[in-house]
Amino acid sequence: MKHLLSINDLSVEEIAHIFETASEMHDVQKREVKKLPVLRGRTVVNMFFEDSTRTRSSFEIAGKWLSADVINISAKGSSASKGESLRDTVLTVCAMGIDGLVIRHPASGAAHQVSQWVDAAVVNAGDGMHEHPTQALLDAYTLQRRLGSLAGRHVAIIGDLTHSRVFRSNIQCLTKLGAEVTVVAPPTLMPSGIDSWSRTAGFATSYDVDAVLPQADAVMMLRVQRERMAGGFFPSAREYTVGYGLTRDRLRLLKPDAPICHPGPMNRGLEIAADAADAAQSVVLEQVSSGLAVRMSVLYHLLAGEES
Amino acid sequence: MGIVIRGASVLGQTSQDLYVDDDGVLVDEAPDGAEILDADGLVALPGFVDLHTHLREPGREDAETILSGSRAAAVGGFTAVLAMANTSPVTDTAEAALRVWELGREVGLVDVQPVGAVTKGLAGEELAELGLMARSRAAVRVFSDDGKCVHDARVMRRALEYVKAFGGVVSQHAQDPSLAGPTACCHEGETSGRLGLPGWPGIAEEIIVARDVMLARHTGSRVHIAHVTTAGSVEVLRWAKAQGINVTAEVTPHHLLLTTDLLSGYDPTYKVNPPLRPQEDVDALRAALADGTIDVVATDHAPHARHDKEHAFVDAAFGMLGLETALSVVRTALPELSWSDVARVMSTTPARIAGLADHGSLEIGTRAHVVLVDPEVSVTVDRDASVSLSRNNPWHGRALTSRVVHTVYGGQFTVRDGALSA
Repeated sequence: MKHLLSINDLSVEEIAHIFETASEMHDVQKREVKKLPVLRGRTVVNMFFEDSTRTRSSFEIAGKWLSADVINISAKGSSASKGESLRDTVLTVCAMGIDGLVIRHPASGAAHQVSQWVDAAVVNAGDGMHEHPTQALLDAYTLQRRLGSLAGRHVAIIGDLTHSRVFRSNIQCLTKLGAEVTVVAPPTLMPSGIDSWSRTAGFATSYDVDAVLPQADAVMMLRVQRERMAGGFFPSAREYTVGYGLTRDRLRLLKPDAPICHPGPMNRGLEIAADAADAAQSVVLEQVSSGLAVRMSVLYHLLAGEES
Repeated sequence: MGIVIRGASVLGQTSQDLYVDDDGVLVDEAPDGAEILDADGLVALPGFVDLHTHLREPGREDAETILSGSRAAAVGGFTAVLAMANTSPVTDTAEAALRVWELGREVGLVDVQPVGAVTKGLAGEELAELGLMARSRAAVRVFSDDGKCVHDARVMRRALEYVKAFGGVVSQHAQDPSLAGPTACCHEGETSGRLGLPGWPGIAEEIIVARDVMLARHTGSRVHIAHVTTAGSVEVLRWAKAQGINVTAEVTPHHLLLTTDLLSGYDPTYKVNPPLRPQEDVDALRAALADGTIDVVATDHAPHARHDKEHAFVDAAFGMLGLETALSVVRTALPELSWSDVARVMSTTPARIAGLADHGSLEIGTRAHVVLVDPEVSVTVDRDASVSLSRNNPWHGRALTSRVVHTVYGGQFTVRDGALSA
């Protein structure tokens, strides 16, 4: 593994390997002194072309706990608008001799393109609507800790699929791990071509949350951006909640031990009711700590050189 | 002096000699002291006419100039190109059109015929000075806001009506902007859904094609649909032609061969507007070109400086090179197309649409615009061998069929043995 750009690049064995290491890293979080010396002398740059607090902090702490030197560069706004090409921007940073480049960019495919220009190991920390592979890994890792093997388990993904990189990474990761996935959204928030895509990739689609929830062994709620209403994707927040939100009433349809995931930040009251977000079966905060462990594992595998 | 082109297969038919006199006119007997060009094994066609070229001058002379673009055109076997109006400044006045026309004449490798903007600044609101451009020495006859759709039906209606006075034609970039977001950058379909790229649905094109053929019928005017890309547009065109509506249409070489799945690596070389479509659309376009529903091939040659393509995919510039490879791509995509059909779609019909009377024919008495083609040779494209100033060449590394060997423009060799004469 030279880069982590897409879940598609990973074999089932590699995912298992990342999870094993993540599990060890998870234990480190409980220690009083959390630093491991494994990436001492390595430099990781978090290059964020888009605002992010949780993902950037998660990668920053992960790198620091592995003793890497971590630098954050905020490069908000497209490089095109500044007159500099993306290639020039990243080559400038990489000329400083860095080892790892964690990149978040509002444009789909950006991390993929960058990986072709630089020598550093590239981690995709979210590229537009395309992928967010560490999010999918941490989601699956979290679910496995709760449910054991995901093979044959039923996962429902509900929300704005069209604009979601979390969905696009998760659908690959979960199906690779053998889960049966049903994705639920209003027709206007289903990605184009999803009928043929779901057929070839082996997942199901539905417009009916109430029919899907009782079968789910886990549910993933996706963030719905309020500005989507302006794009005519749905008429009102109220109507969205009634149709597709994980409301208090719907919570009763869910198996009592089915974990509820949300990548954050949550719109409480829109796609997820407070009762669901704070329910005993909610794993929202566990996702955050798992995220740290998974990102430590990913950085370790990409940058620690010869694997032990 | 004059030239005897000896033994070429004219329009793919039996071998015969072509004679060019001292004045650069095709004549019926060998002029005294003429130079003899052995064209045995080559196919002779009338020089190609490109209805759709971006030469980037004025404004982006780092990407292409009228000189470099004329050179690329000559290498591709073209003897006339229509230079699109979306330069900086826009070709929306007689002065701007005349400047492009004069620069083309100074270069003297092909006829550079300016296309006038339909609306001022391509803004889609007020008509540009169409009549003054038409009356200028550049004699503009083709008008287009290419790069942008004339989306307002009222503006399109007025433009179609207005150009009737001087036999003009409006070339429409058919793409309803209200059916896609401002960042649309590819075909909307399964590939874009998987890649998370915002797309244009095929319907955004088809709705405008349908609207504009109805406007052409209503106004009794002539509309040309630029770079058609979908099977649905072909259906509408077929219907419109059956009704006798005065509509013509073009297809680009790249839409005859490349498909949207090339985007899976996010390589902006394949980012083009209108976008590459799925194979079923490509198949429909090939059939439509062969049966005449689509009238012509036009390159949409769109050079870009390297750094304008080295952005994230949605931010990168639209367009790809096309002049030098046009014939080879058409031959590769439609190997069964006869040579007389190649002449029809790349020379005769585009010359007629553009109103270029001295192009499109090998008849005695016309100016000698002749291209000589090695018909069956396979050539692997090398982007660094291009005479364009840009390198956004989607054909790099591909093996294509046929090669332009000689281009004769007005009785002068512009290309000889595959190389520019000057």
